Amino acid sequence: MALELHPLEQFKVETLVPLHIGNLDISYTNASLLMTIAVVLITALMILPTRRASLVPGRWQSVAEMGYEFVADMVETNAGHGAEAYFPFVFSLFMFVLLSNFLGLIPYSYTVTSQIIVTFALAAVVFVGVTIVGIAKHGTHFLRLFVPEGVPVLLLVLLVPIELLSYFIRPFTLSIRLFANMLAGHTMLAIFGGFAASVGFLAIFPVALDVAIMALEVLVAALQAYVFAILTCLYLRDALHLH
Amino acid sequence: MDLASAKMIGAGLACIALVGAGVGIGNVFSALISAVARNPAAQPQVQPFAFLGFALAEATGLFGLAIAFLILFVF
Repeated sequence: MALELHPLEQFKVETLVPLHIGNLDISYTNASLLMTIAVVLITALMILPTRRASLVPGRWQSVAEMGYEFVADMVETNAGHGAEAYFPFVFSLFMFVLLSNFLGLIPYSYTVTSQIIVTFALAAVVFVGVTIVGIAKHGTHFLRLFVPEGVPVLLLVLLVPIELLSYFIRPFTLSIRLFANMLAGHTMLAIFGGFAASVGFLAIFPVALDVAIMALEVLVAALQAYVFAILTCLYLRDALHLH
Repeated sequence: MDLASAKMIGAGLACIALVGAGVGIGNVFSALISAVARNPAAQPQVQPFAFLGFALAEATGLFGLAIAFLILFVF
């Protein structure tokens, strides 16, 4: 290949502050830095404008209120009754994924959600948490989730394994969906950037394409955070109401 | 056939998954357009579902792309 393309270099984790406990490497990396920035920004957005909240909201207060209302509405319509208690969880999940995706779109920053381990940790927390909620609420009755109602016994032999599989595959699909979207989008941006760097004055075409892809990526960043949150709501409804 | 060329062919084959994603995304938005054309008042209700469907359909294609990356860069 004549072109000098390194589209995957942007995903490299670089150590900023080396830290070791025994054999454990807990170094502060560029990924940790971006996560810290995301958490600080969310906290600032939620606390600073609402400290002196007014009835007629200012600019930042209405941004905070819009985010709050958007997620509150999503939880109410998708997770059903009794799910209000889990609103803070869904809200922090949504804001963290959204901010990580958006911060990653800034050139030369780092996309935390393009690391499978980050998205898998989030998805595993959702999966384990939802399962615990379901078992705590319904006890052994929770297993009804895997047995569809009004189905002949003969068909159950086929359906129960399918339901079980589709339940246990959830953390993987949830995490890979977010991770693959971020990875593919940023790789595509880098590939066209590489084209632009190697074709001289014709670079205007790949750069124009990159601008268009950037617009798509902004949409995808918001959409994937929304999908992550809404699927969490749907899983919660399954656990709370068993279909 | 040596390993390097087999990897290239395998990665190319894995990208066939994007056919399904293309069909799926086209389906989602054509259904959205015909729904809104029949009943424009329903747009606020059906649009969120369309975007959810778009994201889910797109993700299935990207699973294939992830496999292609795995073949090329991990193994």
